[in-house]
Amino acid sequence: MSGVLELTAAAAVEQIAAGSLSAGELFDAYRARAAADRDAAESGLNCFTWVADETPAPAASMDAPVAGVPLAVKDLFCTEGVPSQSGSRILEGYLPPYTATVVRRLQEAGAGLLAKTNQDEFAMGSSNENSAYGAVRNPWDRERVPGGSSGGSAAAVAAGLAPWALGTDTGGSIRQPAALCGIVGMKPTYGSVSRYGMIAFASSLDQAGPLTRDVRDAALLLRHMVGRDECDATSLHFPGEITLPSAVRLDGVRLGVPEELTGEGIEAGVLDAFRAALAQAEALGAHVSEVRLPHAPHALSAYYVIAPAEASSNLARFDGVRYGLRAASSSKAEDPSDLLDMYTRTRHDGFGAEVKRRIMLGTYALSSGYYDAYYGRAQRVRTKISDDFRSAFDQVDLIVTPTAPTVAFKLGEKTSDPLAMYLNDFCTVPMSLAGIPAISIPCGLSQGLPVGLQIAGPAFSENRVLDAAHALERSLGFDGASARV
Amino acid sequence: MIDRDQVLHVARLARLALAEDEVEPMARELSAVLDHVAKIRELDLDGVAPTSHVVEVTGALRPDEPRPCLPREVALAQAPAVSDDGFLVPSPQA
Amino acid sequence: MEPQPVSEPARTPQPPVGGPIEDDLYEPVIGLEIHVQLATATKMFCGCALSFGEPPNTRTCPVCLGLPGSLPVVNARAVHFGLMIGLALGSQLAPRSIFHRKNYFYPDLPKGYQISQYDEPLCLGGHLGDVRIHRVHLEEDAAKLIHVGASGRIHGSDASIVDFNRGGTPLAEVVTEPDVRSAEQAGEWLKLLRVTLRQLGVSDVNMEEGSLRCDANISLRPAGQEELGVKTELKNMNSFRFIERGIKAEIARQEKILRGGGHVVQETLHFDPASGAITSLRSKEEAHDYRYFPEPDLLPVAIDQQMLDAARADMVELPAARAERLQSELGLSADSAQLLAFRGELGDFFLAALDAAVDPAPPAQALANWVTGELAPRLGDGDADAAGEDDADAGSSSDPAASRVQPSALAALVGLVAAKRVSVGAARQVLDKLVAQGGDPQAIVAAEGLAAIDGGDELAGIVAAALAANADAAQRVREGNAKAIGPIVGHVMRETKGRADGTEVARLVHEQLGA
Ligand SMILES: [Mg+2]
Ligand SMILES: [Zn+2]
Repeated sequence: MSGVLELTAAAAVEQIAAGSLSAGELFDAYRARAAADRDAAESGLNCFTWVADETPAPAASMDAPVAGVPLAVKDLFCTEGVPSQSGSRILEGYLPPYTATVVRRLQEAGAGLLAKTNQDEFAMGSSNENSAYGAVRNPWDRERVPGGSSGGSAAAVAAGLAPWALGTDTGGSIRQPAALCGIVGMKPTYGSVSRYGMIAFASSLDQAGPLTRDVRDAALLLRHMVGRDECDATSLHFPGEITLPSAVRLDGVRLGVPEELTGEGIEAGVLDAFRAALAQAEALGAHVSEVRLPHAPHALSAYYVIAPAEASSNLARFDGVRYGLRAASSSKAEDPSDLLDMYTRTRHDGFGAEVKRRIMLGTYALSSGYYDAYYGRAQRVRTKISDDFRSAFDQVDLIVTPTAPTVAFKLGEKTSDPLAMYLNDFCTVPMSLAGIPAISIPCGLSQGLPVGLQIAGPAFSENRVLDAAHALERSLGFDGASARV
Repeated sequence: MIDRDQVLHVARLARLALAEDEVEPMARELSAVLDHVAKIRELDLDGVAPTSHVVEVTGALRPDEPRPCLPREVALAQAPAVSDDGFLVPSPQA
Repeated sequence: MEPQPVSEPARTPQPPVGGPIEDDLYEPVIGLEIHVQLATATKMFCGCALSFGEPPNTRTCPVCLGLPGSLPVVNARAVHFGLMIGLALGSQLAPRSIFHRKNYFYPDLPKGYQISQYDEPLCLGGHLGDVRIHRVHLEEDAAKLIHVGASGRIHGSDASIVDFNRGGTPLAEVVTEPDVRSAEQAGEWLKLLRVTLRQLGVSDVNMEEGSLRCDANISLRPAGQEELGVKTELKNMNSFRFIERGIKAEIARQEKILRGGGHVVQETLHFDPASGAITSLRSKEEAHDYRYFPEPDLLPVAIDQQMLDAARADMVELPAARAERLQSELGLSADSAQLLAFRGELGDFFLAALDAAVDPAPPAQALANWVTGELAPRLGDGDADAAGEDDADAGSSSDPAASRVQPSALAALVGLVAAKRVSVGAARQVLDKLVAQGGDPQAIVAAEGLAAIDGGDELAGIVAAALAANADAAQRVREGNAKAIGPIVGHVMRETKGRADGTEVARLVHEQLGA
């Protein structure tokens, strides 16, 4: 039985198609594991906020491209009739009347909804400690965080509780937890995957993407996610299609290493693993050189203006009127439950500390007298960052950096210092601001914990990024088995 | 960098109640982030256009064709308070 | 709907209702902002059909309910209508325009922001009549709040329910320059705007139903001064009468303050037509900060040649231009031209009738008189005074195109009258028949025996008999009392069932009396 749980999704698809594996049995096996984690309380990883209580009817056609492979989905994707709470108290028990486009597409491709995964509230966080439904633990070391905000998805895939999972990435929320959990995570080009039905954090940055055990699975999942959606005006027609990578060499591939993202602030052990991986890439035929991204050090500042500004507006709809929490009337007799009271206390009670902080930050950055100094400037920095990447890609094919500055840190270690927490996104935020695709693959261990390597390319270069990641992954031979339950 | 009055003003704009003991820590945390963010003020950004969207196309429009609406009971199903087929709220003038 | 105060509205002193003191010490300066509901099939950003009085909350979807995860997509026809309005007003059409979010909390605003346009609207500049246009932009309407009084469910306080049917209806907001100088001018100009929009077919322009709503920015300045005074904003007036009365009341209120040496406070006001009272909508400390920023869920709207061509192709002749043409090309009287131009459905019918190939052909002015003076009243006088005083709206029943009367039939009838082959009285009977059952006037004339009795012996005989039967009247006519001819002509008309031509009858009367 445990054998089937060792299969990659791609391998499971093949066996199901060949008739040597039953989709129902595979789903049941995962469902049992996921339910056990859900029920384990303190001793579990707390990956899930909901687990399917029955095996879905088999896909209409067993020819569907990923027929029978269970899928774990980050909580913030709306799933009709299934709790979709975005890690927030304000949406506790919320049952959407519709399903996110990308989830529906994957269901049509044959994937069954296995579970909803825990996350930082409204995707704001880098440790998954901001979830109203409890912190998620890192399967490599349960005293440590899995990263965030897609921490539940990353931990579930790393622990073998799901074959693959959907996450979302706004400033690193797929790549950083993938790195900290020793799995593959990819943020595609902005606009390539529909955002319809994704509970928004920062609209101009949010992108859905896969979290998987290997690069091939990431390509397989992404292949069925991309495409224009008439319900999302910012979604684009993906040129060509995502192909399953097969490259084993990197001959002639020019890899650029930006000094701005590979120096100060990156932990020594992480840099060591990163440099070793670069040496491996050269051994595979890649040409490694330095490139400059002069404005990258300012990316974090721009990001922490733009994302909270958009979030402050996106989260205004949580007002206690149409869904979600409404605070009970005030007990103060002289202050009847008027509209203002209902709004302010609903939002006080429903949002967690980090979400409130970012709503405040974003509201301030957009407010009269401050817009130009903050939001306006941040948008101009964003332009410079995109320009930096454009120039860099004139010289190299792909850019490589460590994914996160550190390995997984201890639970509680950074919760009291928001700024220290924000620095987790140092290497991932520039690509988010530029809207370009980037993948994180495990490239080694430091202190016994996984280190992630990020590979980024120009807009819509997903196939090139996946090919390089595939070649490097094979050559590095990272073994994540020890994290599996 | 951001004082108590500003925090209360912004909280009011954002319709967030803050308990008395939440105001000072909020001011401190926001100030720390804003201090960091303020580095972008040093950059020379004259003549640089702002980026609102990284997508370099213009918006596709939707044909003016009706789609099915939600049944009312579905629209109201998740509401905290409902009355007479509508969403019940404290009266704005109350 | 704009945000309203969460605190008690502050009552300002009530001015006496009535016009300003008429000594021209102060000059009113008025700018208008008009929200026009567009007559699309679906809402601005979602596929919900527009609502026309359906039960509450039956025209909603995840987008217009602001459900988590939903996204807006711009309705192409709303943009098309916006371009048509811009063309009609002579605006510059922006090749690229941007939607912004206007952030504020109110229960009728499901997302906590209204998607509107801010510094890059669809249309800039232009004019209508003597009023310059500042801009025209697209946005979404708010939902409807219905006050339901005290409710047990909300802890002993007043409650409202929200109906999202209207939420998301496409609006074009037309903003004028401050070129209006009086309440009456505001009313007249709005009527011109309304008939223009109706003629374009972009809106139902029904004020009572809220498809046209007007705000006015009003300030006073000493006559002769260039610099503007402090303005107030009078919100959401929903009839021409209220607009004029509201503006008058506000002018009077400001004038009283200024004459008393006081200062007008910049604020948003509400006019209550029932009491004539003007109340402040917002307390001063509730300063609004809408935190506009570019809507990240929508890309810029680019207007390409194809969209421009499509908007131009759908343009119709606008009232002002049509009135001018009817006068100069067809020689119609100013009144007729105005009426046919401002009631587009009558004008269209008139032009169709004029184009009909009938013999004898009707003269243009006679045809115009028959359309406006005879046909329109018979069809229910929907909006005879659209250019006049009332707010009444044209019902579809008053559109002659929807009646049984063919334009060619009316043209034929008026041609027969002009050729004196049918009398005016008989022609009215024919028109009654046409309105009731349609058909061909020539055939009705023949079937009913309504052909004019021409000036032959038959009519002369009937006139002679009439003179004999009305000897007293005949004597008075002979003595020079022209009015006395009435009973004699009436007698002839009775005898001929109205088929005789009145002028010819009068001629014969005078001939036979030698008078
Ligand atoms: Mg408006
Ligand atoms: Zn809708």
